[in-house]
Amino acid sequence: MTSTTLPASSLTNPAQAPAADSQDFTPRYWLFSLPAVLIIASVIVFPWLFTLYMSTQDWKIGGGQEFVGLQNFVELLRDPRFIESMGHTFYYTVLAVVLPILFGTAAALVFHREFPFRGLLRTIFVMPMMATPVAVALVWTMMFHPQLGVLNYLLSLVGIGPQAWVYSPNTVIPTLILVEVWHWTPLVMLIVLGGLAGLPREPYESALIDGANAWHMFRHITLPLVWPFIMVAIVIRTIDALKAFDTIFVITQGGPGTSSETLNIFLYLQAFQFYKIGYASAVVVIFFVIIIMLSLLLLYARQKSKWNA
Amino acid sequence: MKRLLSKFGFYASVFVLVSPAVLVFLWMISLSLKNELDNTAFPPVFIPNPPTFANYLDVFEKNNFALYLWNSILVTGGAVLVGLAVGVPAGYGIARGKAHKFAILILVARMTPALSYLIPLFLLFQITGLVGTITALVITHLVITIPIIVWIMIGYFENVPMELEDAARIDGATTWQAFRHVALPLARPGIVVGGILAFIFSWNNFIFSVVLGGKASRTLPSAVYNSLTFEQISWGPLAAAALLVTLPVLLLTVLAQREIVAGLSAGGLKDG
Repeated sequence: MTSTTLPASSLTNPAQAPAADSQDFTPRYWLFSLPAVLIIASVIVFPWLFTLYMSTQDWKIGGGQEFVGLQNFVELLRDPRFIESMGHTFYYTVLAVVLPILFGTAAALVFHREFPFRGLLRTIFVMPMMATPVAVALVWTMMFHPQLGVLNYLLSLVGIGPQAWVYSPNTVIPTLILVEVWHWTPLVMLIVLGGLAGLPREPYESALIDGANAWHMFRHITLPLVWPFIMVAIVIRTIDALKAFDTIFVITQGGPGTSSETLNIFLYLQAFQFYKIGYASAVVVIFFVIIIMLSLLLLYARQKSKWNA
Repeated sequence: MKRLLSKFGFYASVFVLVSPAVLVFLWMISLSLKNELDNTAFPPVFIPNPPTFANYLDVFEKNNFALYLWNSILVTGGAVLVGLAVGVPAGYGIARGKAHKFAILILVARMTPALSYLIPLFLLFQITGLVGTITALVITHLVITIPIIVWIMIGYFENVPMELEDAARIDGATTWQAFRHVALPLARPGIVVGGILAFIFSWNNFIFSVVLGGKASRTLPSAVYNSLTFEQISWGPLAAAALLVTLPVLLLTVLAQREIVAGLSAGGLKDG
């Protein structure tokens, strides 16, 4: 937060430019950033600060507002629906990180090799991550239809009985994960592929001479070398999975009942269905803290893996 | 023999990897080209016979698709243009001024959920009477476009050698002229990459229009979503609409694959 107020002050009084930014700090460059700073201050930083303020208020749109201190947070921790949504978010996030990382890494190993039509096939493989999530979610909704959906028909061809997909509390989250994996495995693939592209040849050549097989080479050479890239993919996937919204909202709106209601869906409903904006703001604050802590943890892990590699 | 087997295994894995994407998009096309009878038949009809374009006509005639398309163009176009006008110089300023703290703020802004900005902005637009206007949506979409563009441009400007600008300044150029005539042309690939990614993420955005869009100002993703909830569901027109919504982005992916991959590896990863 302090860094956004800093540019303005250093513009009006260059002499006060902080020493922390070293002798390279040149105030004249701040003019270039000024318009962006102003916009970011008003559409990003102001909303954050105002959310912090709102989280201390008992505030309903159309009703009054009143300072309640930490009451919203206390209430949240006692709200079974909130606790349940935390559980769903955790379940969803674990699957939505682990599966794309596994498949994406495997896909990167495949696309790293030369084969005919590689460019075209890679473009097709990457398309899901660019496609408009809402549009794709609508098609998935039709595919999940229990009676008329194409997925149950395809399953029946291989002798598997009809599934309830998103229509049963037991299968709804795994089914949404299916869509999430479809969407975001390509992103992991691209990141890991970038890592593979920079690998040196020598270790493989000497390993071959030593008679290592493909698995040994992957396990002891490839994996340690691309591990920093996989860590980056894990960071990005974790953050994205935590804030997943579009697909869940379009396909289930958190249902059936509340069985696929994640933190983000809970937040949306509190704010824009029930208009309890004070309460919803407290959710945003908790969300924010979780995301910041996770990013720090994962970035720390990444630093560590770099040193060990 | 063993060699042949491993080669077969390799192509089988390529097939397994690519087929989910192919299947979903083909099924989308198939649904959009069939009449309602074929779309709700069981077992499903896979190949439209004969294919019909009635669903596409339906989308334009009954659903105000042209209006929502225009809204999407205005919102995404506006947010990308303002994002470039503001974000490219900012990327330069941050890269040259070594403003790392500001860069971290931009990164955090990219990581936080979009919903976290939405409640205060909603209140603000309500007070100013902007709820349900295109202007409100353009302003909100800046939350997506500016961080992506700034983040990508920092990377590109850091790779433009400082010596060239120093030389220009020794010849009497101002800081602005050095930026405008030396650094900016060299960073043009970055502008293309940043612009494309900002376009895609803004075009695909759903939540802002759901909350802030009015009946006449909503963008395509939320308009198509609304046709699902409030009208009788018919699969053909819905699939046709879904395909039209995502088509510009898919075309861009095919045409600019190299730029997109470059941008993603430069750290422009995914939006909020």
